[in-house]
Amino acid sequence: MRLFSSQSEGSFAQRWRSLTGQGGSELIPQARLSGPTPWVIAIMVALTVIAAAAGLSFSNTARSASDELAGGVTVQVIEANPELRARQAEAAAQRLRQTPGVTEAHVVAPDEVQRLIEPWLGARVDGDDAIPVPALVDARLRDPVDAEVLGALRRSVREVAPSARVDAQSSWLKPVFGAIDSLQWLSLALVGLLAFAMSAAVLLAVRTALGANRDTIEIVHLLGGTDVQIARIFQRSIGFEAVGGGALGLGLGTVVVLFLGQRFADLGAGLVNSGALGWLDWVLLALVPLAGVALAMITARITVLRTLRRML
Amino acid sequence: MTKTAAGEIVQFDNVGLRYGTDREVLSDVSFTLYPGSFYFLTGASGAGKTSLLKLLYLAQRPSRGAIRMFGTDAITLPRERLPMLRRRLGVVFQDFRLVPHLSAYDNVALPLRVAGVTERELAKPVADMLEWVGLADRMHAQPAQLSGGEQQRVAIARAVIGRPEMLVADEPTGNVDPDMAIKLLRLFEAMNRLGTTVVVATHDVHLLKKVPDSLIMRLDKGRLSDPTGALRYPPRPHVARG
Repeated sequence: MRLFSSQSEGSFAQRWRSLTGQGGSELIPQARLSGPTPWVIAIMVALTVIAAAAGLSFSNTARSASDELAGGVTVQVIEANPELRARQAEAAAQRLRQTPGVTEAHVVAPDEVQRLIEPWLGARVDGDDAIPVPALVDARLRDPVDAEVLGALRRSVREVAPSARVDAQSSWLKPVFGAIDSLQWLSLALVGLLAFAMSAAVLLAVRTALGANRDTIEIVHLLGGTDVQIARIFQRSIGFEAVGGGALGLGLGTVVVLFLGQRFADLGAGLVNSGALGWLDWVLLALVPLAGVALAMITARITVLRTLRRML
Repeated sequence: MTKTAAGEIVQFDNVGLRYGTDREVLSDVSFTLYPGSFYFLTGASGAGKTSLLKLLYLAQRPSRGAIRMFGTDAITLPRERLPMLRRRLGVVFQDFRLVPHLSAYDNVALPLRVAGVTERELAKPVADMLEWVGLADRMHAQPAQLSGGEQQRVAIARAVIGRPEMLVADEPTGNVDPDMAIKLLRLFEAMNRLGTTVVVATHDVHLLKKVPDSLIMRLDKGRLSDPTGALRYPPRPHVARG
């Protein structure tokens, strides 16, 4: 049912006015309904896009790091004597290569080790003043490392390298994974809170509009209009506002996400870079304003129907 | 329970109405309206005419008593079924109650749009109706741009456009000149001849004489009297013309 159109309606401009509520023939004038609502929706959608992007990025980081580290094992040979240290490291690598399930094992070159610890211990010092640095062996297993596999590897490696310490790489990053997990939940909670806040904003806007248009609604009721017909008017108006606000919010949120993404990419750190958003993530972010529109329209409908139930 | 007659359109049975905790504005109101009859509801200002009409056009539920409309118990009717009942009524409100931001055309078209009539189907009847009430050249004007009399004519056009089974009019000629008042009464009579039950509330005693076959219900301090026997049961032979 259309309660809106006018006989004089016909031209594109008039139809557009009727659709957007700027025309004089709207049963509920859009201006009375809208106010700051589209802007509030835009802000909510932008914040939701940013929070959702953060959550997806954390998820990508956790997944990527987990995949990378799941089958990783590091052997540290902690031996003061450089020759013995090198010999034990080579023997440990050899033993690991012979172990079933191990796909790759190599001694990390001393220069690479030096480069890794340089940010903490400073530039390389040679000679007698050199700080003894453990030799490292990096190994990859076909399957994720569990406690049983790790125990067997330890026993096997220590037979040839008594000074060796064998650790699963995933265990080192366990606290990091925990923190990332918490941040993911935080992002999800923020998305939920923003959805709730948007619903509340729509609810207040609709209630105000209902109050302002009470006489008109009463007339429509007395002429035989149903609650559903009246709810549809508000739903439609809020829907148009939410589309505008959602598009604006998506644009704003996307700019912020791209900017932050670029700033993090500039860090060049592997863990951070692994959080980059994929195309599926962008599709999900594009769905945020659509979900916002649906949420706003459902909220408007429920609010109108509940309020009208109190009228005769 | 009051005895009912086949074909009755409205039946009030010991109806009382009070607003809040005030005294009753209507007390022990009982009457039956028959299809195709023409009723005048008279009474002094404050007698309860508008309150009675509000009950008739389902804007108000009574505080007590029973109301049947079109064979349906209007008291216990679920509110989601009220619109279907209201669509069988045409109402001219005392204060017109036009939607202020809609044009005269859109105001008149509103009952048809509510009922789901398409724009193509409603365009001609609405234009014809506006022409009939002399507002063809004012169809795009909003109520604020119309005089009181013009607004009243729009309100009447809106009430009759859907060919209601019962027309309820609250002082419909109060703001129009005598010629237009006669013209509007003729419209009501014409609708009445086509089977519409008409109830006109007025304090203008001269108007009563203009419709010879009309029946009169008089309200006095919220109580109904029956000077022409309009309300007695069974009705006089000429009352139930439907």
